Amino acid sequence: MNPRKTEKFAFSVLFLTTLLVVIPVGLVVAIIVKKGLPAISWEFLTSVPRSGMKAGGIFPAIVGTLLLVMGAIVFSLPIGVFSAIYLSEYSRDNFLTRMIKLAIVNLAGVPSVVYGLFGLALFVVFLRFGASIISGSLTLGIMVLPLIITASREAMESVPQLFREVSLSLGLTKWQTIRRIVLPNALPGILTGTILGIGRAAGETAPILFTVAAFYLPRLPRSIFDQAMALPYHLYVISTQVPGVDEKIRYGTALVLLILVLVVNLFAIFIRINLRRRKKW
Amino acid sequence: MKKLKEFVIESLIFLSGIAAIIFVFLIFLFLLKEGFALFRTVTIFEFLGGKNWYPISEPPHFGILPLILGSILVTLGATLISVPIGISSAIYIAEVTHPRIKELLKVIIELLAAIPSVVLGFIGMVTLAPLIKSIFNLPTGLTALSGSVMLAFMAMPTIVSIAEDALYAVPKSYKEGAIALGATHWQTIYRVIVPAASSGILASIMLGIGRVIGETMAVMMITGNAARIPQSILQPVRTLTATIAAEMGETVVGSEHYFALFAIGIVLFLISLAINVTADLFLHRKR
Repeated sequence: MNPRKTEKFAFSVLFLTTLLVVIPVGLVVAIIVKKGLPAISWEFLTSVPRSGMKAGGIFPAIVGTLLLVMGAIVFSLPIGVFSAIYLSEYSRDNFLTRMIKLAIVNLAGVPSVVYGLFGLALFVVFLRFGASIISGSLTLGIMVLPLIITASREAMESVPQLFREVSLSLGLTKWQTIRRIVLPNALPGILTGTILGIGRAAGETAPILFTVAAFYLPRLPRSIFDQAMALPYHLYVISTQVPGVDEKIRYGTALVLLILVLVVNLFAIFIRINLRRRKKW
Repeated sequence: MKKLKEFVIESLIFLSGIAAIIFVFLIFLFLLKEGFALFRTVTIFEFLGGKNWYPISEPPHFGILPLILGSILVTLGATLISVPIGISSAIYIAEVTHPRIKELLKVIIELLAAIPSVVLGFIGMVTLAPLIKSIFNLPTGLTALSGSVMLAFMAMPTIVSIAEDALYAVPKSYKEGAIALGATHWQTIYRVIVPAASSGILASIMLGIGRVIGETMAVMMITGNAARIPQSILQPVRTLTATIAAEMGETVVGSEHYFALFAIGIVLFLISLAINVTADLFLHRKR
């Protein structure tokens, strides 16, 4: 075959394999939207589950997920940003820095169910928090930490060196420079990382299986030491553990979770694209 | 006063800087603390090589060989499906397509990465499993194959985005040189660009495998959860991750079963550590 024809053939194969990746994504979203939309109503979103989760709404699961995510971010955002400041502004190219970077990579790669075990051993059993929102939040917080560190570090490192030099030469201290110059310029990047962390924490099930999740708790949690329902775990429960739940409720729950996560991620993508357009340097 | 404030803040910054190391260390420590207790009563060989996983029978058996084989079978299937498709779409996205479409494709793949695994597991249960059941005429569609297909799909974002980065990072001069010598674009891709990006592509495959081995919810929902040594890819299997997730809720803290599930956690942690360290070496290999 002549090289031109080979190229045409090869590119068509590449194109087809790309479709194999992209089309199922569209299908998954389309199926869930189509079958889940009829279930969505004000009542579904704002009432508690009834008759063993076979009827009623998912309000406690939505609230539980929001609380868990908030707790996770409150914990991981300061540590993540400070850690990024260390890596971008203080660290030198030495063994310790290499180890920190390797630890971040590994933290990102630890299977989510292992985070669940860790949370159970440390927060639930050892620190006696019990299965509670605080145990789940801390577990999820550690899980999203690598995401926040990596995004924040990249954002800070892309702030031009010149900005820092000007600030230091005007007599500002290193911390003042970081706070007034580096952080404001890196803010959109930090925000993107945080939002991705929110999406990740909202969708994960395995880390909260043994640290927080209540199978069926048709009321709102009373404190951060209380158990709570959560959307992903609720979807798992009604699709595998409870026989005879109306398909509509399952799809409806999947849709609410999917919308929550996709909206959060689209928001992050939007910020990033906007940032690239407006970059001043 | 100002000096003191700066000192406190800089100490906090340093402490947060090493937080990642502290957490990795803590995770390993607590897995060891809870998991190692198993080996007071069960030897490591009985644990890793034992053919029976009957944690609640009397006497209990804690052999995780069926679970290891289950994980390997599902992972192997997923790798065989996802690697060729993933790498070839990465090439398409990095080299062939129009820049506008490239942006769109990358967004779609990012969204795939964002879909929670429990949602994909649910969709797999209601669409993929019945499909596989009817194609192969099986008693149940919850099989290793269903798990492999679903996991292949879930590994795509990792493989495609990391391989795409590696291809994109190949210096433009390589490409220009090849084209100037009269090679077609395709010849340039497979003779010059892909070999130049090979260590990054290898890393993408390894991290994809890491993602698949560690995946829990989807795999638990669609592989059928039978802790037997698998004979065929069309049978239900049970993976390491699914075993922990499915059984931990029913154990008593401090029981042998509880320790055994943590011991499985140690195995998973070490596997992911090995994969991530190796992949990191590939990614930072100097060209």
